[in-house]
Amino acid sequence: MPLKESKYSHADLVQKLDLRTKKKSFFGDKFFKGLVIGASLYTLLMVALVLFSLVDGSLPIFVKEGFNFVIGTNWNAVEGRESFGALPYIVGTLVSSAIAMAIAVPISIGIAIFINEMIPKKMSIVLAFVVELLAAVPSIVYGLWALFVFRFWIRDFVEEPLHNSLGHVIPSFAKAPFGLDVFTAGIVLAIMIIPIITAVSREVIKAIPHSQKEAAYALGATRWEMVKAAILPPAKTGLMGASFLGLGRAIGETMLITLVIGNAIGLAAIPTSLFSQSQTLSSIIANEFNEAANDLHLSALIGLGLVLFIITIFINIMAIFIISRVSKSYSNLRE
Amino acid sequence: MSKHDSNKRKNYKSIIQDTISKNASRRKTKNNLITVLLFCFVVIAIIPLGSILIEIIKNGVGALSFEFLFEAPGSIGSGGGGIGPAIQGTLLVVAFATLIGAPVGVLAGVYLSEYSDSSRTFAYVLRLFNDVLTGIPSIVIGITGYITLVLTLGSFSILAGAFVLSIIMIPIIARVSEETLKLVPNNLREAAYGLGLPKWKVIYHVVIKGSKSGILTGIVLAISRITGETAPLIMTILGTSLFFSGFNSPVDALPLRIWRLASQPYPSAHEQGWGAALLLILIVLSLSIILRMFAQQRRITFKSTT
Repeated sequence: MPLKESKYSHADLVQKLDLRTKKKSFFGDKFFKGLVIGASLYTLLMVALVLFSLVDGSLPIFVKEGFNFVIGTNWNAVEGRESFGALPYIVGTLVSSAIAMAIAVPISIGIAIFINEMIPKKMSIVLAFVVELLAAVPSIVYGLWALFVFRFWIRDFVEEPLHNSLGHVIPSFAKAPFGLDVFTAGIVLAIMIIPIITAVSREVIKAIPHSQKEAAYALGATRWEMVKAAILPPAKTGLMGASFLGLGRAIGETMLITLVIGNAIGLAAIPTSLFSQSQTLSSIIANEFNEAANDLHLSALIGLGLVLFIITIFINIMAIFIISRVSKSYSNLRE
Repeated sequence: MSKHDSNKRKNYKSIIQDTISKNASRRKTKNNLITVLLFCFVVIAIIPLGSILIEIIKNGVGALSFEFLFEAPGSIGSGGGGIGPAIQGTLLVVAFATLIGAPVGVLAGVYLSEYSDSSRTFAYVLRLFNDVLTGIPSIVIGITGYITLVLTLGSFSILAGAFVLSIIMIPIIARVSEETLKLVPNNLREAAYGLGLPKWKVIYHVVIKGSKSGILTGIVLAISRITGETAPLIMTILGTSLFFSGFNSPVDALPLRIWRLASQPYPSAHEQGWGAALLLILIVLSLSIILRMFAQQRRITFKSTT
């Protein structure tokens, strides 16, 4: 059967079809690209929004207190006698995070080395999964556990022995332990950030060229000697970046701290010993935000948020730059 | 030059001789001791997980009942009632947050993976801001939600909560999406272009659909992260003992309820707190296991494509 005669020639048809798809795809491409760029801009906008809202909300307190807000130690929300200073909470934040880092960094790096280099692959997959599960536990659950279980362990097995044996020699152990203090908070924080530091450290260690490890083994190194000679030196920067990421998380952590740090206020929040009650920037925001007595009090809390934001941004950006330098230093190894 | 070389060689030689002459068994013991020490570190890290699971099951199972799961909380200290509003609230807030966060996050990931060549600086800035956004403490994001939505709308609401949680989700999803999209082999893209498909169709039909499980991994990861999030909810949804009653009134959430229960002085409240924690951890851990399954599936698909 002969083909039906069409009013268009074959070439015409092809051209028409071609044009149509071209036009359509042109629009589709533009639309899709717009969508994708829109989503990216939205992300940028969110960072700007966070910064803007913090600055806007904390303006009244900075107008009233000026720089004293950052270095003041009073915290009084009573009408007519308002006075707000952030210093105690900044100190509380730094001390609790420092305790957490002192415990978490060596343990996490040790775990990362153990999982990546010391044991067979099958075991390492299981262990890595267990450590990942630790990261999945919400911080409020850590807080609940720390408040009802862990603090008694710490008080009975660590703090009291330390206090009884060394309390009159070392002032850090002088205060009678209660369990809800900056020391407990630091340790629970450490437990929380171990999985984070471990995960990033494992990535850093994994990226070291195999030839380095093989060279160490070829020289007759034991496993630990290989780690010491071929892994730790090149991974140093990366491990530091991983620790900074953990530090950023520790400083911003809230719920767990509100439950275990004892929630002292004002000058009392500056810890005089390891076993004294304290307060962090984030925990006081969580504790007082909904009960803010007046607008100035609320503004002071938002101001604390701004301080917290600046500290964490600084630490995180440092971590990002350190980690981004790592791949460069590895490429030197490959040459 | 040659003198320097021979010096070096001598140096190596002495090192090697030194190493061999050192007591091999002592080195082995040191190696074993450190292995044991590192193993202890692992145990130290795992003990809390074990203890948390044991305590939650021991203290929480007693609280679970039909009434506990579906009814509103009783009066404070009575020990009656349940956490129905909290469960409902968590499901709603997380669902709304995912509705906002998932598309934005995936599309930002698509930009980073597929369009970043057209403007390197923009891609660099976007990646940096993404990392910055990941690092902002959740309570600070909560303050933003309070100022931008709660104050302007005039009430604590589920919308403010969802908005805040979506901000936490976006960078996680974007990062994971970017990484999985980049893993799609380039020859698949080229084959699709070769068939005459426009770019957006290549991206949608080949790149995105091809890495579906990876993108889902990112979304589930983000969901599991925000489900346990408490701090930003304090200042956005506030918490209540009533069921959902409209978009301009406070809602409750599981983590928030746990916090309130733990802060009460009554043992009955504590038991309910453990019960709520058991529920929360069941949700979060099952999400992690789903993640694992996705990850394994992904590994298989990569094997078959490359």
